[in-house]
Amino acid sequence: MIERTDVEHVARLTRLALTEAELERMREQLNSILAHLDTLRAVDTEGVEPTSHAVDVVNVMREDEVEPCFPQDAMLANAPDRSGELFRVPRILED
Amino acid sequence: MYRPIHELTDAYRRGDLTPTAVAEAYLARIDALDGRVGAYLTVVRDQALAAARESELRWRAGAPLGPLDGAPVALKDVLCTRGVRTTCGSKMLESFVPPYDATVVERLRAAGAVILGKTNMDEFAMGSSTEHSAFHPTRNPWDLARVPGGSSGGSAAAVAGGLAAGGLGSDTGGSIRQPAAFCGVVGMKPTYGRVSRYGLIALASSLDQIGPFAQDVRDAALLLGAVAGHDRRDATSIQAPVPDYAADLSKGVAGLTLGLPDEYFIDGMDPDVERAVRAAIEVLKELGARLERVSLPTTKHSLAAYYLILPAEASSNLARYDGVKFGLRVPGRDLVEMESRTRAAGFGAEVKRRIMLGTYALSAGYYDAYYGKAQSVRTLVRREFAAAFARVDLIVAPTTPNVAFKHGEKEDPLSMYLNDVFTIPGNLAGIPGISVPCGFSVTGLPIGLQVLGRPLDEPRVLRAAYAYEQATPWRSRRPELK
Repeated sequence: MIERTDVEHVARLTRLALTEAELERMREQLNSILAHLDTLRAVDTEGVEPTSHAVDVVNVMREDEVEPCFPQDAMLANAPDRSGELFRVPRILED
Repeated sequence: MYRPIHELTDAYRRGDLTPTAVAEAYLARIDALDGRVGAYLTVVRDQALAAARESELRWRAGAPLGPLDGAPVALKDVLCTRGVRTTCGSKMLESFVPPYDATVVERLRAAGAVILGKTNMDEFAMGSSTEHSAFHPTRNPWDLARVPGGSSGGSAAAVAGGLAAGGLGSDTGGSIRQPAAFCGVVGMKPTYGRVSRYGLIALASSLDQIGPFAQDVRDAALLLGAVAGHDRRDATSIQAPVPDYAADLSKGVAGLTLGLPDEYFIDGMDPDVERAVRAAIEVLKELGARLERVSLPTTKHSLAAYYLILPAEASSNLARYDGVKFGLRVPGRDLVEMESRTRAAGFGAEVKRRIMLGTYALSAGYYDAYYGKAQSVRTLVRREFAAAFARVDLIVAPTTPNVAFKHGEKEDPLSMYLNDVFTIPGNLAGIPGISVPCGFSVTGLPIGLQVLGRPLDEPRVLRAAYAYEQATPWRSRRPELK
């Protein structure tokens, strides 16, 4: 069972500011979904390798060639806040 | 307005129609009808007309770029389009204007296709009804009270409603095949890696694949042929050469062995769907296919495995929406508060739910029990398909257990998820699948037949779908949108 504190912890990990009502609804829904997903425990997977990828591709290599990249302005055009050539964010470090 | 692309281009060749006249007719129809259907989020009228005029000059000069030159198409708004807003159905990307085209968009343009606009979808492709778009729901052209399916519901509804001649969507757990079935059009998910994902806004990277929506199987083959193939910008794209998918369509199904999986005919499925699919299988038998029962016992656990793998990958992919480089930003006192408020305001309920679920499943102490377990179950699903395909050439089954449901009918997330039980296993195994119309319910709603094949065996999947389509009358029936 997921407790309220677990929901708060996961919301913090994934940076989601949830309201009181959302936290409670999330607790209920996650418990109900996880109860269904727990049916997987019944499957015998002893010794079965996990699949992370349906097609076997390993270490795709190519020549390390210099090629043109996107202009800085194009990459900054969608920035919510910029300062010259930089993305501007709120203060991270204390004084 | 209901002419497939290959008939349009035949008419261009003869000079009976021009790409400009066709693009104008589609734009006029979108103006008149899309207010009710809601298939589009953005219509690019001027760009479309400019592309159509260029196409017209090429046809007039006798030098078209190929079988899609002048074809009016709709693109799911999960595909980046240079200079054209790409929202992914989310407030988070409401004003995002990509600086580049997705590879598939680049290839469609190079093939001369006329892009009409960007179509509606469930937010970040999470959903099966296109009700979870942050902007507006899309309605099913066969019955406006019903959903078109999802998450690529906008592209499916556009093709079904004569608002585009063809289109592209993305399929992570059925998001092309399920809306194709609900809207009575052809929809195909190619082999994982057959089509480059560069410029496809990521949901679950190990499952996502782009594919076509079409009025018939020949058009699906042409659209797939134009966008498929290796791309150095997507390291997971497959190196294998792209065959001419339209070349062998008429070879028929005589001599092919079709597998019927016991697990795809389940209690609780709509009897109309079962009747239509069983009748379709009889048609394929009469056309000379051999039938054989196969068993895919892990099918019943696919949904649970999928709803761990998908949220896990999605929670990681959607971590990039942090209010810094692009997309929405809601101010906060410090970085964490800014990010947390931005994500709270930018994401809808279903997206938040899956991000939370995925983060939980990946968090310390739960990884092996959830994500690791689900990946092992995924191996079992792959093995069972491989064992079945050692005995049969193709697998035929229903695309969905039911027909299109009403708006608001599936409020409970789990009941919505159950819609995808027959399409999810194909994504877990990475194999190609198509949905082709196979009849109607007593209430007049379309039903889809699903054909699944071995990895990279799109030619045979298309061939079987084509043989069935040509032997049946369904594609001549169209919704009456007025």
